Amino acid sequence: MNILVFAEQIDGSFKKSAFEAVSYASQIAQAHNGTVTAVVPGNVADDKLAELAKFGANKIVSIKHDNLNGFNAETYAKVICNTATAEGSSIVVISNTYSGKSVAPRVAARLKAGIASGVISMPNTSAGFVVRRGVFSGKAFADVNLTTTVKVLAITPNTFNTLENAQAVNIVNAEAGLADADFTTKSVEINRVTGKIPLTEAEIVISGGRGLKGPENWHLVEDLANALGAATACSKPVSDMHWRPHSEHVGQTGITIKPNLYIAIGISGAIQHLAGVSSSKVIVAINKDAEAPFFKAADYGIVGDAFEIMPKIIEAAKAFKAN
Amino acid sequence: MKILVCVSNVPDTTTKVTFTENNTQFNTAGVQFIINPYDELSLTRGLELTEKLGGTVTTITVGLADTEASIRKALAIGATDAVRINAVPTDAYFVAEQIAAYAKAENFDLIFTGRESIDYNGGQVCGLLAEMLGLPSVNVITSIEIDGTTATMERDIDGGREKLTANLPLVVSAQKELTEPRIPNMRGIMAARTKPLKVVEPVASELTSAAVGFELPAPKGSVKLISVEEAGSLISILHNEAKII
Repeated sequence: MNILVFAEQIDGSFKKSAFEAVSYASQIAQAHNGTVTAVVPGNVADDKLAELAKFGANKIVSIKHDNLNGFNAETYAKVICNTATAEGSSIVVISNTYSGKSVAPRVAARLKAGIASGVISMPNTSAGFVVRRGVFSGKAFADVNLTTTVKVLAITPNTFNTLENAQAVNIVNAEAGLADADFTTKSVEINRVTGKIPLTEAEIVISGGRGLKGPENWHLVEDLANALGAATACSKPVSDMHWRPHSEHVGQTGITIKPNLYIAIGISGAIQHLAGVSSSKVIVAINKDAEAPFFKAADYGIVGDAFEIMPKIIEAAKAFKAN
Repeated sequence: MKILVCVSNVPDTTTKVTFTENNTQFNTAGVQFIINPYDELSLTRGLELTEKLGGTVTTITVGLADTEASIRKALAIGATDAVRINAVPTDAYFVAEQIAAYAKAENFDLIFTGRESIDYNGGQVCGLLAEMLGLPSVNVITSIEIDGTTATMERDIDGGREKLTANLPLVVSAQKELTEPRIPNMRGIMAARTKPLKVVEPVASELTSAAVGFELPAPKGSVKLISVEEAGSLISILHNEAKII
């Protein structure tokens, strides 16, 4: 059995999510006596490609092509599927990042494969091929049986550990087999936020709600985030009122996150908000209303005025960091 | 400009999720269903584009007759007409196959889906549908403008945003920020009653996946309260007790 992993490069390097995907595939391979092939569209240097072998890739298929350096769902799907066919892969593993979410269904349709996205478990093959995924925006889990010969698994980033399982480095260059006309979208401009931790990758998230009374008070969120090396987030009303950008909105209709630590300041904990954060390992709620629903979902709580509480926590966090 | 908007009928965001039949079925008792919020954004943006450029906005829903309240609402918001594929939407693959079968003969210029449905959160229909129709796809767009046959869009990417162009026909998925949802007015509600709602029987499709069971997250233990005076101790508790920092 061969398992194919799409390892996404960004500017010629891999992010942690790519190593997580290779590690995940490698664990399936070990359980089923299979091999792992990683496919990398775009130009990546050999020493970078070799990093994938460290996490268990037996073979690395590098598809160098200038036009593949930027992500394009259609052409990426084509080269991933061509590789899957050439390798005889029965499982395709893709990290469910924004790019992964775009390409995984296209791969599934091309391969006529059943697809599960947002996967949070290893496959259980005792009865069929069952994986667990989050549904109802974090309010529940579903166990999904994929009934096709070829299967596509889009795994949730930040869920599976990267596991070293070094293999001999075996890099193979393959032709993209694409014509200019295949590149149907054209990138005009890319703006990546630099110097800030992306919300979906953050291990600690500090989040503010209406209880903070206005955008001018966000230093309370940011100071704690800086002290703890955390990302910042907000509730829906806060982004609706444009106190903070919508990209910070976590919850059912915003981003679903699962950091190790989520600290909610002045957020009541409406069911829609909890849906987006309830998979966090540890939740701290700070709210002046002792009846706020967040206290039912939190591990730790402080009932009181955020403007009185936050300076004490920030001070303690700075002292902690200094040690 | 001929636009198709895929509309999913989903439980209201305030729904308390429970299951029946030994945790194999979502319990719809007492649940209010709504248009998937991302699909509502798609619909509104579709209407804004046709108001500027001329054309029609058709909605398509895969579902049984009980989805018609949401479909009528889409018509009240302003859709020209609606199509309902008369089948239970078993999974995204099935839904995409049904929509593709209908869309193939219709030559839409632009097809909108939502970023994901807020019930099953697969986010798959955009890509599946585009691949089945042999069209380009752009996910999670936060803006779209059309000039002739070229669409200029912005989309969320990991850690940032990209501006890009693509030629029509095209399949896109709507992200929050695309526009503000429109609320139907009385005239729209009256007009919706007589707008065409075509019911189409599903095409044959092979099963690719099946949900075999559901589970609710384990309930949290009770919260440990820290007093305001001792608020600073939170950091040492997180370090020593929770071992999380």
